[in-house]
Amino acid sequence: MRHQLALQIGPVAFRIGSAWPEPLAALARLYAAYPAPADDICDFTVRLEPEKPWRRWIRPSVAIQGDYVLPDAAPMALAHGLLAAEMGMNLQMALGQKRFLLLHASSVEKNGRALVMTGESGAGKSTLAALLGERGWRLMGDEFALLDLDSGNLWPFPRAISLKNGAIAVMEGEAPAERFGPLLEDTPKGAIRHLRPNEAAIVGMNQCARPALILFPRFGADCAARGVGQAEIFMRLTQSSTNYVALGGAGFDALTGLVRSCPAAAIDYPDTEGAIDLVEALWSEAA
Amino acid sequence: MKEGWLNRDAPPSQRGKPGPVRAGARQLVDALRDPENFQTSDWSGLITAARAEQLLGSLAFRLEGRPVPERAASILAGARREAAQQRTQALWEAEMARRACEGLSVPLILLKGTAFHAAGLDAAVGRSVGDLDLLVPRARIEEVEAALIDAGWERIKPADGYDDLYYRRWMHELPPLVHRDRDRMADVHHTILPPTARPTPDAAALIADSIAIDSGVAILSSPDMIVHAAAHLFADGDLAGGLRNLWDIDRLLRQFGAEPGFWQVLATRARLHQLTAPVALALRLSARLFATPVDAGIAGRARPSDRLFEARLLARDNWGRPTRPLLRFAFYLRSHWLRMPPLMLARHLLVKARR
Repeated sequence: MRHQLALQIGPVAFRIGSAWPEPLAALARLYAAYPAPADDICDFTVRLEPEKPWRRWIRPSVAIQGDYVLPDAAPMALAHGLLAAEMGMNLQMALGQKRFLLLHASSVEKNGRALVMTGESGAGKSTLAALLGERGWRLMGDEFALLDLDSGNLWPFPRAISLKNGAIAVMEGEAPAERFGPLLEDTPKGAIRHLRPNEAAIVGMNQCARPALILFPRFGADCAARGVGQAEIFMRLTQSSTNYVALGGAGFDALTGLVRSCPAAAIDYPDTEGAIDLVEALWSEAA
Repeated sequence: MKEGWLNRDAPPSQRGKPGPVRAGARQLVDALRDPENFQTSDWSGLITAARAEQLLGSLAFRLEGRPVPERAASILAGARREAAQQRTQALWEAEMARRACEGLSVPLILLKGTAFHAAGLDAAVGRSVGDLDLLVPRARIEEVEAALIDAGWERIKPADGYDDLYYRRWMHELPPLVHRDRDRMADVHHTILPPTARPTPDAAALIADSIAIDSGVAILSSPDMIVHAAAHLFADGDLAGGLRNLWDIDRLLRQFGAEPGFWQVLATRARLHQLTAPVALALRLSARLFATPVDAGIAGRARPSDRLFEARLLARDNWGRPTRPLLRFAFYLRSHWLRMPPLMLARHLLVKARR
């Protein structure tokens, strides 16, 4: 393709081809300091193509193509090309990743042990992980947690953190400006700004961690935590996995292994500072 | 019958040397045909093209044990794991359908990928399976449909809509059914080509010669399996994703070709089903792309149009993009031309265009 970029993120390599230079220039800036894939061999291919041939020049419109596609995905404005590239990579993982059990969860690491946070969209798992990643934890990923099917370890997948709406201001107070991508307004999910994880996260992108605690955060009510039984943990995690069914027996074994070995709690929080304190308290209990 | 073997291989100059990178689908064919001598500097392109053609599982097994770069090896190992799961799922769908139809005493004949897996054929190695394809006698097809619907399959086309009626009146299969829990599609056929197509395969003979492999489940006879694969690829459809079907044909011919008397029966059955030309074309293309040993008498002499078929089958680049838009469009038109008489085609395209 006319413009291309290859990225290594944790154990997964992507190549992104584009009909326009702008989305890849933005992507290269955002992922500065990430290594290139070894041997130039990539797991997945993403293509950003004009929706119709003439839409390359006239009212440019970016269709997300690649190894795996959603047939009815709406094309995006070229101004949101960076988001299209990010969505393209997410799509490959969600539909095509079969080497790991994929949990729609964020994860952070301390002393070789991982904290996994999962919940519905808007629960704050991404923001919490981003904050912890600036406060002494190593960010492993804000979107997908990769569970190794054989060892039961968690692989880092430190993509750029996708901050939405209110979370943007929260993190602008925490991380230096050069790590932020452009502010993308009026996307289908509102305002989005990407944040490159810090150096510790990038340098550590090949270091697995043992899952030690699973949290199901929920934003809104007063600080509270309740234990969650294994059956409920299992059900919640199957719902948060995009490839549990596709993996068959291997997915079941990996997930039951995780549930048996790892305590879990559902937490409510009214604000981020309260959440951080609660998470640290639960972590020291579990440790 | 004339004995003789047509065995065309790639020119020696293109074998074994790292040379310039070949375009996506061409590279994929090289790797499938001759994994021992395959080398590439564009693994990403190969993997993408193989995924786009639904051949990554087959490729992964062909390259198993070969010295490939570590990253590629891990991607291919993942593809083998995925293929094993696909096999389990395909066989499970067949078993679910068998149980649903148990009381009917209708033999369910498995077609295509599911049949390869159920019978343990070489063509099953790494073969992905999308839908469950079944063949049943036309007189019993409504009973089978009702039994499947009872067991949780659902219609996805609105009943009595244009598509539904079109299928029931003019197609060789029921409108597709999808299982409400497992989200897997079942296509129930009563023959192997639309009744509107010019050749009329002998569906009763397909069923009469089928081979029981399990209680209540059967597969087509070896020659009929080739005839069906050839009909599906060259007498129906626009050849999109056709490389996988041609790879099926290569695997099947290599396995069946050794059975005594196979080629003779193949010629007879092709004539019976009025599919002599598509079968000949399948043999020629399989030999041309995959160096399949085939009977030269049945394959016949190469035709100038063979090159167009080859070009269509290989219309895929290293980024997984379809190439040659005009050629693809020509084959799209051809598929409709084959499928229905001109007036009917005009009406059908008009209805589709109005949507």
